[in-house]
Amino acid sequence: MSIAKSANKTGRSVKGIFGTSEKRKAFWGRYLASLKYGFHVITHPFDGFWDLVHEKRGSLAAAHTFLLLFLVIRVMKLMLTSFQFISAPVQYINVFEEMGSLALPFLILCIANWAMTTLFDGKGRFRDIYMAMCYALIPYILIQLPMILVSNMLTFEEASFYSVLLNISVIWCVFLVFVGLMEVHDYGPGKTFIFLIVTVVGAMVIIFLILVFFSLLSDAISYFVSMYREIIFRLN
Amino acid sequence: MKTIKRILTGLCCLVMILSVAAASAEDGFSTSYTYTYDYWEDVQESPDAYRVATVIDTMTLGLDTLENVRISKPQSLYVRDNMLYICDTGNNRILEIERTASTRFVLKRVIKEMTGSVVNTFNTPYDVFVDPRGNIYVADYGNQRVTMMDKDLNWVRDYIKPTDATFDQGQAFLPQKIVVDVAGRVYTLCQNVNKGLIKYEEDGTFSGFIGANTVSVNMADYIWKRYFQTKEQRAQSENFVPTEYKNIYIDEEGFIYATTEVFSEYDLKWDKAKPIRRLNSLGNDILIKNDRFPPIGDLNWVSGAAETNGPSRLVDITVMNDDIYVALDRIRGRLFGYDSQGVLLWAFGTKGNVEGAFTGAVSIEHMGHDLMVLDQLENSVTLFLPTEYGQTIYNATERYLDGLYDESADLWREVLKMNANYPLAFRGIGRAIMRQNKYEEAMDYFKLAHDRENYGRAFKLYRKEWVEQNIWWIAVILAVVLIVPLVLGRIKKTKWEVIAHEHSKVRK
Repeated sequence: MSIAKSANKTGRSVKGIFGTSEKRKAFWGRYLASLKYGFHVITHPFDGFWDLVHEKRGSLAAAHTFLLLFLVIRVMKLMLTSFQFISAPVQYINVFEEMGSLALPFLILCIANWAMTTLFDGKGRFRDIYMAMCYALIPYILIQLPMILVSNMLTFEEASFYSVLLNISVIWCVFLVFVGLMEVHDYGPGKTFIFLIVTVVGAMVIIFLILVFFSLLSDAISYFVSMYREIIFRLN
Repeated sequence: MKTIKRILTGLCCLVMILSVAAASAEDGFSTSYTYTYDYWEDVQESPDAYRVATVIDTMTLGLDTLENVRISKPQSLYVRDNMLYICDTGNNRILEIERTASTRFVLKRVIKEMTGSVVNTFNTPYDVFVDPRGNIYVADYGNQRVTMMDKDLNWVRDYIKPTDATFDQGQAFLPQKIVVDVAGRVYTLCQNVNKGLIKYEEDGTFSGFIGANTVSVNMADYIWKRYFQTKEQRAQSENFVPTEYKNIYIDEEGFIYATTEVFSEYDLKWDKAKPIRRLNSLGNDILIKNDRFPPIGDLNWVSGAAETNGPSRLVDITVMNDDIYVALDRIRGRLFGYDSQGVLLWAFGTKGNVEGAFTGAVSIEHMGHDLMVLDQLENSVTLFLPTEYGQTIYNATERYLDGLYDESADLWREVLKMNANYPLAFRGIGRAIMRQNKYEEAMDYFKLAHDRENYGRAFKLYRKEWVEQNIWWIAVILAVVLIVPLVLGRIKKTKWEVIAHEHSKVRK
């Protein structure tokens, strides 16, 4: 998507999906730079998130990459972590279900945050929020991936070492989400905290609406189906 | 929508028909008669650990011609050596039966009265106990006493309602279950007493209560009940009182095993309900629980009010050698065997009228490894003998406890040939292999058994061995990892210095 877009912006016709060779080079250079910029973001969150959005140092392509990596690593963790530390019923796991159950809430939370903050003078666009949230997942990726390997080198008794690092990765991510939203919307810490809670409530409302919509839809469909049947029956 | 429902109903019917067809094997035993639970709490069918050998009832004992009184509402069984005692509650008598051969039971005595007491007969006796010297104890429920007689049925003494202030004097003394320890102390379980077991010294004096259930109230519960419920709701809901025990058994070491049926079903898997307990002399629960779930009977159940729904209600327990205990579930007529570590060995039994099924299972006893189950509605005792599979499990456990690890592993391998879904066998083999210092192989077995602790132990040793073997490689890699960046840094630094030097030259 973003590749095609960046090629389109120049006004020329798109040549293949990767555009001309200079365009391709420019895109890959920018992509790699924005990937690398992730390291700066997680170590210097306050400056990092500001520049990510306002100086355009991040890219959507990199954000997608981080989200995808997060999902893949989550599944890898369930599958490959030593059985001493994780008791996932591997025989029942559906990879796509597992990924969807993380990606969908993630997107709903982004939408809820955007919907709420737009009403209360948040500066961030949806694209900025999404990017900040994706960049905030980097510590999870960086710590959990090696920990899968480490878990296979530790024994049950050494579990504390393992769990401490896992907790650090999660706490780090939460902290980054907080700072990211603060910088993106140009809020103070108090307001950010309130809007984190509001976002969760908003996400619940969205889920509720989705469920209501689908149940009404299925009712409506079954209504029309039965009406159709009735007509066919009368005609015969 | 309707079509979908129809298809679903059709599928359900098909599945039911197929499962009925699959459920009965050639020998008449249903294939799912014996089962175990795997790590994921799923039922795994297993070969039968026990088979019905014979059923003892009024006819086989010859009671219909001898006394012309059929057994009625029997409440308890007791076994001492090769003698079997049935507490024939409905007829106020005790039946003494001798086991002369594996499946041959001969009625020896019908104990209806004794000599020497003011009241020589029994009134709805609920339980019987016989000590090694042959003294017979009867929980004489209707006469509000526990009575003791010698082996020739001469009355010795009564254990009556304690006159102590700790016992509510307005209440009747209704003993339901009794056990006697080696020192002659009598422990009774009484109806409507929730302070634990009533304990008497050998001479009949009351010496206190032991093993009361502790009451645990959580804050939310308390506030809810105290401030938010109406008076009527409060009257209907459970009180904060300790639960009563259902049955007791004393093992060879003098520890009392108790079962209870009063608990909230959500507490079971978290080991808060403790339906099976092993009480020490202070009354504390010291049952060993080393499995994923505590011993609670069935791990899966359907909630609801129907008769066969809900968690297992363990009505009786019996303890064999090596601390293997078997609990009896009255809800679904099932027997659950656990080893000394609280690991489920097998479960079997069902509700029904055929052999090996029960309608009103009420008491269980063992003679060696043979099991006897009393059914209070069928008025019969079912004798189960272990199959080759069941016996091999016992032998393997025994060998292991005797320290014969290799022999035990061989027996576990035999068990695996009969049932490949048996975690205990994998663990047993793993332990034996580990003792031969084959850690990597042992790890595979422990992994199959989902045994984290032993896997950790084997892995630790394997890791140590691996590091010792590959120490040179590790040293080389470490050196490379540490030295290469150092050298690179050095080179970069000199490069910078050269550039800086040249710049300074230009400025001048």
